Amino acid sequence: MTTPVRVPDLSGASLASLSGEMRSMSPVVSSRQRRWRVPFLFIVLLATVAVFAPALAPYSPDIPANYDAIQNLAPSRAHPFGTDGLGRDVLSRVLFASRISLSLAFASVLLSLVLGTSYGAIAGLVGGGIDRWLMRGLDVALSIPRLLLLLAVTAFWENLPLTALIMLLGTTGWFDVARLVRGEVQRLAQQDFVTAARATGVRGARMLRVHVLPHLVPLLIVNATLSVAATIALEAGLSYLGLGVQPPTPSWGNIMAEGSGGMASQWWLSVFPGMATVIAVLACHALGDALRDRFALDQVPA
Amino acid sequence: MTVSRPLVKTDPAAPNGWAPNDPLLAVQSLRVTFDTTRGLARAVDGVSFTIAAGETVCVVGESGCGKSVAALSLLRLIPAPGRIESGSEIHFDGMNLLTLNEEALRSVRGRRMSMIFQEPMTALNPVLTVGEQIAEVVRVHTKASRREAWAQAVSMLREVGIADPDVRATEYPHQLSGGMRQRVMIAMALVLEPRLVIADEPTTALDVTIQAQILELLRAQRDRTGLALLLITHDLGVVAEMASRVLVMYAGQIVEEAPVGALFATATHPYTEGLLAAVPRLDQIGGRLRTIPGTVPAATDWPTGCRFRARCPHAFARCETDAPELVQVGPSHRARCHLVQEPSHRKAITP
Amino acid sequence: MTIPAAAPLLSVRGLTKHFPIRTGLLQRRTGAVKAVDGVSFDIASGETLALVGESGCGKTTTGRAVLRLIEPTAGDIHFDGIDVRALRGEALRTLRRRMQIVFQDPWGSLNPRMTAGAAIKEGLIVHNLAHGAEADRRVATLLDEVGLQASYAGRYPHEFSGGQRQRIGIARALAVQPSFLVCDEPVSALDVSVQAQVVNLLQDLQRERGLAYLFIAHDLAVVAHMADRVAVMYLGHIVELAPRATLFATPRMPYTKALLSSVPVPDPTANRQRVLLPGEPPSPANPPSGCVFHPRCLHPAKDSDCARIVPLLEEKTPGHFVACLKESMTHHPTSSP
Repeated sequence: MTTPVRVPDLSGASLASLSGEMRSMSPVVSSRQRRWRVPFLFIVLLATVAVFAPALAPYSPDIPANYDAIQNLAPSRAHPFGTDGLGRDVLSRVLFASRISLSLAFASVLLSLVLGTSYGAIAGLVGGGIDRWLMRGLDVALSIPRLLLLLAVTAFWENLPLTALIMLLGTTGWFDVARLVRGEVQRLAQQDFVTAARATGVRGARMLRVHVLPHLVPLLIVNATLSVAATIALEAGLSYLGLGVQPPTPSWGNIMAEGSGGMASQWWLSVFPGMATVIAVLACHALGDALRDRFALDQVPA
Repeated sequence: MTVSRPLVKTDPAAPNGWAPNDPLLAVQSLRVTFDTTRGLARAVDGVSFTIAAGETVCVVGESGCGKSVAALSLLRLIPAPGRIESGSEIHFDGMNLLTLNEEALRSVRGRRMSMIFQEPMTALNPVLTVGEQIAEVVRVHTKASRREAWAQAVSMLREVGIADPDVRATEYPHQLSGGMRQRVMIAMALVLEPRLVIADEPTTALDVTIQAQILELLRAQRDRTGLALLLITHDLGVVAEMASRVLVMYAGQIVEEAPVGALFATATHPYTEGLLAAVPRLDQIGGRLRTIPGTVPAATDWPTGCRFRARCPHAFARCETDAPELVQVGPSHRARCHLVQEPSHRKAITP
Repeated sequence: MTIPAAAPLLSVRGLTKHFPIRTGLLQRRTGAVKAVDGVSFDIASGETLALVGESGCGKTTTGRAVLRLIEPTAGDIHFDGIDVRALRGEALRTLRRRMQIVFQDPWGSLNPRMTAGAAIKEGLIVHNLAHGAEADRRVATLLDEVGLQASYAGRYPHEFSGGQRQRIGIARALAVQPSFLVCDEPVSALDVSVQAQVVNLLQDLQRERGLAYLFIAHDLAVVAHMADRVAVMYLGHIVELAPRATLFATPRMPYTKALLSSVPVPDPTANRQRVLLPGEPPSPANPPSGCVFHPRCLHPAKDSDCARIVPLLEEKTPGHFVACLKESMTHHPTSSP
């Protein structure tokens, strides 16, 4: 077969008119492939901080004995992020909150991934009538606004335990993963190498594990990264409204809630957890975007 | 229905210094390179040829030989990171194409020199009807009104053998079959009666009966308008049918050029011989095909000396040290091979 | 149908595959694409039957339906006496070992995330034929057999050329030691010189292993080299079936004649009498009534019967089957269009 040449962009240069081989060797494309490293390191840093929070935090996050002496102190050398209304060091609480916020996001996204991948893979592989009905069910689920659902459930459930919150976020967040996975599995099922595996006699479980899932991994990693970003923001919002993580367990959201009344006078209660949230979300987003480029998921698969 | 010939816009690339006996297209030392992460790829490495008015020249070669890149460079359609190296010269109809500014170049493209691509589905705009696309070519280059351009489009569709052209012109590319889409591409390329048409594998993606129709169409148009045709293909059968002259490319260079009869009867370059022996033929039932061992080297790393020597059954010492030049074999027949001057090294090939 | 000497290895009768067309909100079945519509043929052990035709004729669907990679809508498939369509589950899997397939597209037919060795080994593992070191040894042998170095087992598909990927695909098919191979346009996507290598390889393997091939192709010249017998398909039907030499020398079906005359011959001095078919091939979702070829047929005796009656594939001369109402038995006009 000759070098496939598609119509070049007459109004400007276009890489699409070269063969795939030429395109992948282009330096323009390869620099794009390295952009994930910085965000990734950042996330690793965040995760490390979260894990070692007890060692890094200068104080305990609980109410100290001398709380009335050190209430509502502005940031100082002793308390870099200040203290809150109950005398707790805000820096320590923010650090401990990172464990909560990050682990909550990771766990619920993991749950979503498992649920969504199973649903989507079954729909994609089985096809036919079952696929149609599964997708209709998904359409119905997608039509319910997630935020309203979460608000409704958390409003009615007083003192929601953390595991329940994780389950809630996880079971409401898997729908678009399912759709994505089903689409990708369908596309893969049409490829000759899957037919070849069937011709060889490979059965369902092995087919999924060896032949199909490895292709889903990049897709899932990107989706997971972006979902973590969204979930951090979502949980922060819920906790801010008092519906998510309940005090005294620290979460960036509920620390901000404490400071919401006195944003002018106790700005440190809003700014620092807010910045932490923003930085975490941005880092995850940047990583997700960069990984999407790295895995070339926006290009037509070869 | 009569179609009045529309007024022609003033041509900013007016020919100068061109004598009637000069070839229509003269390419000299064309070099096209691509900057890749693995180094500089010399896709086209010193290609020179001419095409006379009304002549049909076929460029034949396999993947990676550079024929498509050479064709794209004639219309300066090479995208970054590729570039046409200085020292290359492309003269068309008295103009030096490499020194034209964009506006002048645009007036050449589509009107005096046009191109037919391999894959009509990707070359045609899916959101425009086929009639609109042909009409657009007319309107870009001439002062025709919308109505006149449309009329020309319909007339051209009829010319390329599409039944009910006024209905078909209102259809979108995806509604047409592969053969019809290719006819539409040909209509677009020929509507302004260019002097040179470059066809890059125009029938490769088509069924063989449709291919026969398309080749017949190209021949008819060629006879009607006297256009010169540069036909790029890997199919030696198509070459035998269409060409008056053939250029065989390998590893970015022309390795043999000859009139079509001479090429098939007295092919000299071992690569050409290998290709001819490797082609399965309908009139030779059964038997074993002779193969060319090995694979094409990478464009970033052309071998020293003769680029074909690793796969050549006749290679000898000089092939490694001296890169052969094109030498005369017969009338209008040249080959890039040391065997021409040193035929004693030609070994007998066991079939 | 034609049975050369012993009982055929593969026997197909009335194979049909209709793909439903679903439209509307509730996706109701409104019609069908009749991709394959009553195809019958036999293949003897060690023989190559070529299935030729243009795009949309149903040859690829036929090849996959024979292996039940696509479930046939109707018809009988018997392999070595076994009723293929009646098999389920484990029995079908066991049969899969004996019937394998080589694909057209060297890029899509190998899993880009599996090494060549892993792809070839898959059959051995799945059927418990070999594991671990023994499997690796067999992979090395297979690679050698298809003309590749054993060290290639650890490389990924993107590191190979098109021709090499095709060889890996062939090695994969051979790993389970089949006796029958469906070759679905195995050389169409390859350069001429590479094509020759793979064609020779397939011929060698057939001789060494006694394989039977169903060779699907649109390139008649390649078929001229590979096939023992040739079946020509048009719009889901076999319209002509004959031994290779007979088909190329004396085709009787008007479509076959047109097909043969359309192939460009690499010889500028050849006398070319081209039969140009009028019009475009119809859609298999809406095939013409009666003989599916009749709207484009230029047979001098064509009449209204052709539009009403579906011609059967009949043996007009020994071994030569034609599906045409107007071609008589035993003899044919010496001057044909």
